[in-house]
Amino acid sequence: MQFRHKFCSLCLIILACVASGRAAIQVGDKFPLLDPSTLVGGTPPATEGQITLVDFWASWCAPCKMSFPRYAQLYAKYQAQGLVIVAVSADENQSAFDAFVKKESPPFATLRDKTHKLVSQVKVPAMPTCYLLSRDGRVRFIHQGFHGTTTEEDIRREIESLLAEPSPPS
Amino acid sequence: MKTTFIRLISTSMLAILSLGAFGGCSSTKFVRVQPWERTALTDYTMRSDRDPLAVTMAEHIYFSRESASGGRGIGGSGCGCN
Repeated sequence: MQFRHKFCSLCLIILACVASGRAAIQVGDKFPLLDPSTLVGGTPPATEGQITLVDFWASWCAPCKMSFPRYAQLYAKYQAQGLVIVAVSADENQSAFDAFVKKESPPFATLRDKTHKLVSQVKVPAMPTCYLLSRDGRVRFIHQGFHGTTTEEDIRREIESLLAEPSPPS
Repeated sequence: MKTTFIRLISTSMLAILSLGAFGGCSSTKFVRVQPWERTALTDYTMRSDRDPLAVTMAEHIYFSRESASGGRGIGGSGCGCN
């Protein structure tokens, strides 16, 4: 009997340990707020009621370089219809971030998560990863990595499906 | 009495081992370098093929001993992108 009690306690401890690991942001979750106090490089754009694409990137990541011109094209096409793109860098060096932004000169907002608070909160699984949010701020689509035209077409189709959805009542 | 003591010790050992194992799994920051922390891993100095002379010598050794050449076409560094 005593052994059974100990065994149950042990199981509870193991369950508590497993549960204490914070889960990554998944489809359907509310995306964390873009906190201006930890994001440098500008003011986060207003995303309320907008279709938002949050891209996590780094200057040392080759696919990220490939993705920026594609995001610029998407932004140019869908900005007027309510698409907001926020590119959040995980760069540790401000100079590397500045050099990348200067070279690419993207038309959308680029910020640096200097304390890695947001990337840790979201638990970004790979570089790059983009989260497509619906107008109510929930994650609807996640793309790990950037695989050229395939990813671009997927994102384009998803943006159009989100734009076609009716706006939530305010 | 002795059996109870052994059982107590073994249960405690199991509990400690489980805490170590599952605690590590639940907190990934102790398990691996996170994707956003790979700045240093992507540095040029982390590349195994950064020294052309060393690569040539290694290739010569492989060719001499195993009659094998090439097969080193893995691109990129340690960022784990994509």
